[in-house]
Amino acid sequence: MQTDQLLALFSGILLLLGLIAFFIGRAKATRVRATGTAMFAQPDQYAWFAVLATAGPAITVGILGAILMLLLGAKIPPLYLLAGSLVVAAVGLTVGVRQVRPDFHARQAIERVIRFILVGAALISIFTTFGILFSIVFEALRFFKMHSFWEFITGTVWNPGASFLAAAGRAEEGASAAQFGSVPLFAGTFMITAIAMLVAIPVGLLSAIYMAEFAPQRVRTLAKPTLEVLAGIPTVVYGFFAAITVAPIIVSVAGFFGLDASFNNAVAPGIVMGIMIIPFISSLSDDVINSVPDSMRQGSLALGMTKGETIRDVVVPAALPGIISASLLAVSRALGETMIVVMAAGMRPNLTANPLEDMTTVTVRIVAALTGDLEFESAETLSAFALGLVLFAVTLTLNLVSVLMIRRFREKYRVNNL
Amino acid sequence: MNIQVAERSITPMTGHTAGEPVTRNEDANHELSIRVRGLDLWYGTTQALKSLDIDVYQKNVTALIGPSGCGKSTFLRCLNRMNDLIPSVRIKGLVEMDGRDVNEAKMDEVALRRRVGMVFQKPNPFPKSIYENVAYAPRMHDLVSRKADSDELVERALRDAGLWEEVKDKLQEPGTSLSGGQQQRLCIARAIAVRPDVILMDEPTSALDPISTATIEDLMDKLKQQFTIITVTHNMQQAARVADYTAFFHLGEIVEYNDTKTMFSNPATKKAEDYITGRYG
Amino acid sequence: MSQSFDEISAQLRRRHRKSARLKWISMGALGLAGLFLVLFFADMLGKGMPAFQQAQVQVEIDYNEDAQRMGRAALDPEVSRLVSRTFERLIPGQIRDNPELLGTTETRWVLADSQVDQYLKGHRHKLSESQKATVDALVEQGRAELKFNTTFFTTGDSKMPEASGILSAAVGTVLTMLVTLAIAFPIGVMTAVYLEEFAPDNRLTQIIEININNLAAIPSILFGLLGLAIFINFFGVPRSSPLVGGMTLALMTLPVIIIATRTALRSVPDSIRHAAFGVGCSQWQVVRDHVLPLAMPGIMTGSIIGLAQAMGETAPLIIVGMVAFIPDVSASFAEAATVLPAQVFTWAGEPDKAFVEKTAGGILVLLAILIFLNASAVILRKKFERRW
Repeated sequence: MQTDQLLALFSGILLLLGLIAFFIGRAKATRVRATGTAMFAQPDQYAWFAVLATAGPAITVGILGAILMLLLGAKIPPLYLLAGSLVVAAVGLTVGVRQVRPDFHARQAIERVIRFILVGAALISIFTTFGILFSIVFEALRFFKMHSFWEFITGTVWNPGASFLAAAGRAEEGASAAQFGSVPLFAGTFMITAIAMLVAIPVGLLSAIYMAEFAPQRVRTLAKPTLEVLAGIPTVVYGFFAAITVAPIIVSVAGFFGLDASFNNAVAPGIVMGIMIIPFISSLSDDVINSVPDSMRQGSLALGMTKGETIRDVVVPAALPGIISASLLAVSRALGETMIVVMAAGMRPNLTANPLEDMTTVTVRIVAALTGDLEFESAETLSAFALGLVLFAVTLTLNLVSVLMIRRFREKYRVNNL
Repeated sequence: MNIQVAERSITPMTGHTAGEPVTRNEDANHELSIRVRGLDLWYGTTQALKSLDIDVYQKNVTALIGPSGCGKSTFLRCLNRMNDLIPSVRIKGLVEMDGRDVNEAKMDEVALRRRVGMVFQKPNPFPKSIYENVAYAPRMHDLVSRKADSDELVERALRDAGLWEEVKDKLQEPGTSLSGGQQQRLCIARAIAVRPDVILMDEPTSALDPISTATIEDLMDKLKQQFTIITVTHNMQQAARVADYTAFFHLGEIVEYNDTKTMFSNPATKKAEDYITGRYG
Repeated sequence: MSQSFDEISAQLRRRHRKSARLKWISMGALGLAGLFLVLFFADMLGKGMPAFQQAQVQVEIDYNEDAQRMGRAALDPEVSRLVSRTFERLIPGQIRDNPELLGTTETRWVLADSQVDQYLKGHRHKLSESQKATVDALVEQGRAELKFNTTFFTTGDSKMPEASGILSAAVGTVLTMLVTLAIAFPIGVMTAVYLEEFAPDNRLTQIIEININNLAAIPSILFGLLGLAIFINFFGVPRSSPLVGGMTLALMTLPVIIIATRTALRSVPDSIRHAAFGVGCSQWQVVRDHVLPLAMPGIMTGSIIGLAQAMGETAPLIIVGMVAFIPDVSASFAEAATVLPAQVFTWAGEPDKAFVEKTAGGILVLLAILIFLNASAVILRKKFERRW
């Protein structure tokens, strides 16, 4: 039998047993109550307890078996596993029904089980983080066994070209040895991130200042959600916009000044990424500026400062931790942004300071290494995980620093809405 | 010695000229600083101040007392137009300083606030160093041009505010690192550093402990030699201790404006007497 | 003696100007951001609207002997170049299925070649002068025109721009989102309920909280690496399938749903909980019967927003292989599929210029769905907004 058919059968029988448990449990509880005995819980609660006693252990056994098979390679025939867990279900049913006694706290038992399930759900987010970490670290370690970490961090040539031959055991046929120096990739990433920040930070911060300090209420209520639209546009759409619309404009503008620009220049994805990030900065900065206590502004105005001076010298410095925090989050966002650079930036690892040239980024190389036919033994494929590891470490650090800064701001001004 | 001023009686209740104190304090200076006539103020449709008249004299401490919600803080904020920051506020009547109506269209409220400084209920030092808290405004106002001038001005303001000895070794530490009482004196130093004519104090000691309060009261006594001080207080003993003149507010009106000693020993109105003797408030 | 008002005002003039400048510059920044948005939508509409029209030509189909082998033979050689090859390819099969067709003729509107389409839309094209003349003549006779492009909504991907559509990607998106929602919604709500209503304030709870916030800020591509390494390589979930795509996106959507649910739960006032405890409800009964129903609109709003975010996501799906070429609509969770943004990505990479408008057209459809989702979230929030 197919696994999914077995699964369907298993669920069907379990559902049936559950129903039986529910009705027997309730009938028994109702009967006991009808005799006038005081019980600790309602009949329905006894019924639900019986259902839990039936299904819980059976599902646990099933999952345990599956894990044993998958992780430890134990060879348990699925049919046996199925039969075993159903037997457990039957045992659970008898135990559950027998527990329908006046002195049994069915409600508390149910609460305990529910609590257990909720904790389990909450732990999934932790598992996800560790899942990401382990999957990346594990594969990255395999990569670093083939190529030295030092070379990866400091090398300036990224040329994975012949690595698939090495994986196929035909290394000597490759014209040149594969090289994995990630410096050009990080240089490209930082160049594009820097351009994005040059767009996003001034525009985002000034927009936030306008919304928080100058704008009439009506403009404010309209402008904020409108800006958020920029953050809601899918990145693949921005990528298309950057490649098809912005890049040719950059090329012709550069041409006008007598400069030679590639169609895969770093400026186009940088600008578009900056546009995408504006609301990240404006929204958080607006919240932060709004939570700077009004007494600060009044203190400055009462000294005979103009509104502009108050904003520049008092409000913005007071909000600075929050603004920096927003900017760090934005940097983290830009470093990990994938689609815009995949579609609009180049594929060629290029160590240059000229943003009009084509250059590639970490995320572009990750995508390039993992699309097409995968050969998991090849160093190029595994290099994606090494790059991912660095990306993970950098963004994680930025996020944590950002959280710490916003917490400091919150404690300083005792605001709770951030 | 107190002399009853009884000529030109306009106000029926007290029988004296509108805006002038019922009793003159002969020790006090009587050059006019701020003249208020027929001042009305509305928050939206609620009238918060009703036809106020008061003459505030230079280089005195004038205390504004009254039950909470009586309009004394609102009135104080009319004097440097801080009420402009509240969109729903509407003001009618005359607030005259140096021969100019402060509410007239040509009046630059920023210029007004340079001459009428303010200290708030809760200390609100800027997120800057102690030095910068004081030096910032004079530098922006071009009162100092050189670092040495600035240092001197900061030291003088901090000395005048009685804070110099406590902070002279840690001028670069953030203003927020000081204790509440010190912060409030820093705010006073900040206000006097720009050499205003008038300093408004909005319950400056209500957030402070008794010792800090006493320090600030002494300070007010000293500062009145250089500045006109108008202070709002909910604490009658404080008014009695520091003020030369006291105005008693009730439901948006000035019920009695009098020499402080007379106000507390022999008030001219029943309402003020009831308040001062603690029948309500 | 202090300065007079006029002296101070004179000194202030420069500073007032500076202050006004800040106001105008910051207003300009906001305007610039708004301008970006307007330009962006104008550009997309300009590029994408033509995709909803497609050139068709009226041709005479002659089901002759030769057409049994080569569809093109059924058409007048002059127009056969102008007709989509996808149509010509079908002719031999049609004759095989319906032998009675042989020897008959038929006049029909059929899809034109993409070059004709581009020519009629005034875009760059590769038609020769004589072909242009033929097309012009056909247009004059009313036998070639732009019609509403139903193909775009009823077919899957194709290598021919004129025959490609978004249906298979749309189906793939629906399947993927079903998986995402089925996983992320219950787990997200349960996590939020635990953290808000049950969790003791201990180390573990704090770690979970920090971790959730952090998860929300991890670059999406790393979720793709997780999907590839764990779901595909380790658990053997089929690559490119809506199942693996949905699972990967579910992990990304989880923090959004958790954070929204927690906010919604927190906005239910404690008085409701106290009242329910007061009549003897257990903690779970309080949550199930009183708190959750009141928080439901907020939870739904957050989930819709999370779903909209997941729907626009591409990078992790590329990594788990969901940028496959899917010409046929498949309604299976385990078979290779693609989603709307991935389809956009695939088309954007096509060298044929005629795909540019398809890409922009796909983008417009995607944006329309996202705007619809977000608007319904806003309406939901407005409708059920409650002030306690």
